[in-house]
Amino acid sequence: MSGDLRSAVAAGVLGAEEDYRALLQSVVEVARAIFRAEASSVFMLDEETDELVFAAVTGQGAETLIGQRFPSSTGIAGWVLVTRQPLVLEDVGKDPRFGREAAESTGFVPKSLMAVPLLHGEAAVGVLEVLDRASHERFTLAEMELLGLFANQAAIALDLLRRARQAHAALDTSGEAGALSRLATALERDDLDEDVRAPILAILAALEELL
Amino acid sequence: MSEGALPAWSLPSDATGTIELPSEWPERVTRDWAWGGADGRGVKVCILDSGVEPDHPLVGRIDRSVVISLDGDDVVVGEDTDGDLCGHGTACAGVVRSFAPKCELVSVRVLGAGYTGSGSVLLAGLRWAIEQGYDVVNMSLSTTKQKFAGLLHELADSAYFRRTILVASAHNMPVESYPWRFSSVISVGSHEQRDPYTFFYNPQPPVEFFARGVDVEVAWMGGGTLMSTGNSFATPHIAGIAALVLSKHPELTPFQLKSVLYLTATNVGAGA
Repeated sequence: MSGDLRSAVAAGVLGAEEDYRALLQSVVEVARAIFRAEASSVFMLDEETDELVFAAVTGQGAETLIGQRFPSSTGIAGWVLVTRQPLVLEDVGKDPRFGREAAESTGFVPKSLMAVPLLHGEAAVGVLEVLDRASHERFTLAEMELLGLFANQAAIALDLLRRARQAHAALDTSGEAGALSRLATALERDDLDEDVRAPILAILAALEELL
Repeated sequence: MSEGALPAWSLPSDATGTIELPSEWPERVTRDWAWGGADGRGVKVCILDSGVEPDHPLVGRIDRSVVISLDGDDVVVGEDTDGDLCGHGTACAGVVRSFAPKCELVSVRVLGAGYTGSGSVLLAGLRWAIEQGYDVVNMSLSTTKQKFAGLLHELADSAYFRRTILVASAHNMPVESYPWRFSSVISVGSHEQRDPYTFFYNPQPPVEFFARGVDVEVAWMGGGTLMSTGNSFATPHIAGIAALVLSKHPELTPFQLKSVLYLTATNVGAGA
C-alpha cells in the first residue's frame, strides 16, 4: 500500500511538473512549426492571483522572462482571454504601447500576431500567441480554423495536466492528503527501523479494515 | 370566462388599430430602401469592449465613455478616462463609424476588472447598456461560464423586447459560449471577401450572418490603423449597417430589422 502511495506521490508531484513543462514547450514548438512562425508563446492563467503568467516560448524570445506575470485583462492577451475570441493582427509594431510590451516580454517587436484563447469546457486556461507567421499572403479563414483546432487540443491537454497538478499539490500540503503522503514517504525510508515500521503497518491495516 | 376577459397577450377584435404599422414595406425590399441616403443620424451605438481611444481620426466623437468595475461584489459604473486598454474597442468603433458617420457612439468598457470578475462585469455592462436604451450594442465578446448563460439569455430577450439590437460575435472554436448563440441577438461570423457591404445570411444557425472579417484595416491605439482578422471585426460591420437601417427606419423592431438584413443580404435580395 505504502509503496503504491509513495509511487503515486512521486509520479504526481515530480512527473506532473516535468510533463507540464514538456507539454507547454511542445505546444509552442508545434504552433511555431504549423505556421512557420518566428516565435510562439503561451500565457497561462493563475486563477488565484488573477494574472497571466508567461509560461513558455520558442523561437525568438527571452526564455529568462518565463514566469513573468501581468494582470489578466490588459493588453491583447488579456482581451483574448476575457472575450474568448481569437485575434489576428498585422503591423502590430505600429501600436506604440504594444511594441513596448512585446519588446519587454519577448525581446523583439513582431510584425504580426495571432492570439487564441486556450479554452476547455467552461475554463479559459490561458492564451497562445504565434508571432510573425511566415506567409506574407493574405490571412485566410482556413488558418484561423487551424489555429482554433490546435488551441483546442492544447487546451484539453493543458487543462488535464493543470488539474493533475492541483491534485498533486493537495498531496503536498498540511491537509489529510498531505499527511497520508508524508506517512507513505516516511514508511519507505531505508533507515526506518523494522520494529517501528511493522506496528505502523499493522495499525494502518487495522484502520483500513475499520473503514 | 366573462366577456372581454381575454388572456393578457391577445388582440380583441376592436383593437387591431392599436398595432398598425407605421410604414408599409415595398413589394421588394432593396438596399436603397433599407439604408439609401442614411448616415446613422439619430442612432445610438454602444461599443461594449475594451474602451475607445478618444479623438481617434477614424472614430471621431465619443458621446460618452463609462467603465464597469467591481467593488467587492458590487458593480460600479463610472466615467472612463482611461481610453482603450487593448485597441479592440477602438477598432470596432472605427468600423461602425465608417458606415454611420453621424451616429452617436458610446463606449462601455468591460475589460480591466481581471479575468475572475469578467463575467459579472460583462453582464453588468450589458444590463446598463440596455437600460440606457441604446439602439445597437456591439458585443465582440462572449463567455463560456454556464452560470452566466441564463442571466445573459434574460438580458438578451429583454433587449429584444425593448428594441435594443444586440450584435454579437460568433465563436469559431469548438466550445459553448454566449450570448451569440441566443436567437434574440444577431450573431456574426466572418467571410473572406473585401467589400464591407457584402454580407451573407446563413440558413444554418446558430450563426445568422457572415460579414467582412479577414484582413480588415481598423483603427487602433495611437491614432493609427492595423490589419486585423477575426469574427470580432465582422460584428461591427453588421452593427454599422444596422445603425444605417435604423437611422432611416427608426420604427423597426429587432425582428423587423433582422428581416431587413435578411432581405438585403448579398445571397438574398442584394445578390439577385
